[in-house]
Amino acid sequence: MSNFFSQLINGLQLGSIYALVALGYSMVYGIILLLNFAHGDIIMIGAYTSWIVMAKMGLPPVAAIFATVIVCTLLGVFIEKVAYTPLRSAPRISLLITAIGISYFLEYGAQLIWGASAQVIPSYYNVAPISIGGVKISFTAILTIAVSVVSMIALALLVQKTKVGKAMRAVSEDTGAAQLMGINVNATISFTFAIGSALAGIGSVLYCCQYAQATPTMGSMLGLKAFVAAVLGGIGSIPGAMVGGFAIGIAECFVSAIGLSVWKDAVVFAILIVVLLVKPAGLLGRQLQEKV
Amino acid sequence: MKERKTIPMAVRYLMNIILVAAFLTALNLLVVNKTLSTYNAKVLMLVGVNVILAVSLNVATGYLGQLPLGHAGFMAVGAYASAIFTKNFDGRLPDEVNFVLGLVLAAVLAFGVGVLIGIPALRLQGDYLAILTLGFGEIIRITLNNIDNVLGFKLTYGAAGLKNIPKYTSVLNAFVWVAVCCYVIHTMMKSRHGRAILAIRENEIAADSCGIQTTYYKVLGFAVSAAFAGVAGGLYAGYLGVLNPGNFGFMKSIEILVMVVLGGMGSMLGSVLSATVLTVLPEALRSFSEYRMVVYALALVLMMIFKPSGLLGQYDFSLSRLVEKLINGELFQKKSKTEKEGE
Repeated sequence: MSNFFSQLINGLQLGSIYALVALGYSMVYGIILLLNFAHGDIIMIGAYTSWIVMAKMGLPPVAAIFATVIVCTLLGVFIEKVAYTPLRSAPRISLLITAIGISYFLEYGAQLIWGASAQVIPSYYNVAPISIGGVKISFTAILTIAVSVVSMIALALLVQKTKVGKAMRAVSEDTGAAQLMGINVNATISFTFAIGSALAGIGSVLYCCQYAQATPTMGSMLGLKAFVAAVLGGIGSIPGAMVGGFAIGIAECFVSAIGLSVWKDAVVFAILIVVLLVKPAGLLGRQLQEKV
Repeated sequence: MKERKTIPMAVRYLMNIILVAAFLTALNLLVVNKTLSTYNAKVLMLVGVNVILAVSLNVATGYLGQLPLGHAGFMAVGAYASAIFTKNFDGRLPDEVNFVLGLVLAAVLAFGVGVLIGIPALRLQGDYLAILTLGFGEIIRITLNNIDNVLGFKLTYGAAGLKNIPKYTSVLNAFVWVAVCCYVIHTMMKSRHGRAILAIRENEIAADSCGIQTTYYKVLGFAVSAAFAGVAGGLYAGYLGVLNPGNFGFMKSIEILVMVVLGGMGSMLGSVLSATVLTVLPEALRSFSEYRMVVYALALVLMMIFKPSGLLGQYDFSLSRLVEKLINGELFQKKSKTEKEGE
């Protein structure tokens, strides 16, 4: 039972990171219908930022956390301005290929600059595990789950209660109509990228708390699984991303726990395939009728 | 207006056959006479494999208008099928028969897997299809990696790699398969089946309402694309002699996609040219190799921003069209709008 409980905590921890990253995918997809392949690599750049600030420049962890989130946010907006804005009216397939191109550019650029081997990130803090009812829970797990839940509540409030959030919802509903109502579409899209990338930055810091190293390709599998989480929950839906993230994280931990860890990626993709076939809009997504 | 001279179909076929035969003989002579070093011959074989991969992905991407990201998975299926077959029948069958049977098996199995994956995947559109095929590709790779542990006997040898595969692939037979692949795909695209596939790309709803069985033709296009990827995989196995599931990751699928996109989605000549260039260039510029992927990625992004249709767009070369223009004296004339041909 205690093993079950600790696996559940592991799953929730991993799942909250997936959920944070999935939110970025989901928001961007909701607003410009782009599967932003480069989103996972923003996390990778974030991890390298932490490494540079702490290991190379010797600054305190707080500085590293702020630097990571800021760098990720700026990078996300920069990518949107340079690569996606010129393609606003291009076919979707061109946009998708561009995203793949950006993703590879970041990965191999990082490999060129920092090398293919892993860089060890110094730990941000040092707190002993907490024991609840005989089960040891690491501080990182509690922190990760807490930070993600708080971020998601903040995001939900932002989208539902503020003027910018209203603009974001309007643009994702109907870009043309939103523009006619006087909403600055370009600024709103950039803002969406900024929020999504900031969440990726937070996710990056939390991920590095648990797995303290940076490699050029760390973002691609993480990003893919987060995307799976977003699709599972229903793309474009904030609660969906959370549910999907937790589901994927927990599934992965339990598959590993029963000794099938080499198959865990296959299981994640199998879940995706089943969900897409049975309920293409995802668990909490809306089914849209296709216009002829 | 003067009657335009045309060439009868039989002559067109003859011309193309002669050209292909001449090309193959020339290539073979270069290799047999050792004009090309062994290393260069190896690069040429790889060119052949990559050309088949690019041309076959072009069916799904360029002609059918979908974006599958799991092409390397089909290649892996073909590679392992043909490798395991040829390895087991090595010495028991004549080499040529063994080789051809291995490749046919590769094509059939990859076709089957293509149908299996295509039926569910093609129900989805665009990005969802891309991510689903990516998932399938990864599942194929993970399965090849771990299947031995499940089944309990040695089949794929997992991550350790399948070794001692008979090396049947030569420059000549690689390019014979290139010719076969281009011929089959070309004739298919010129037939009513190919037209149906193009119609689906242009507008699926309109095609559906014109009585085209969209699901059937989408799966057909997808599976043909998979089958030739399987052939390419078989040739690749016979070229390397060693297989490892790691060779067929997501990365490989992207590499093939880059070839198709840069050449121009929907142009067979474009796929052939860009596959050739993108195979030879990195070999020629070995010292440049660490920059290769960065340059690929940049080229992809820049191409999408400035010329989304690729280098050649949907243009395709036709020998008979060229000769027809020559005998009609149109070659150096400016095309007027009315004379401009459809393609």
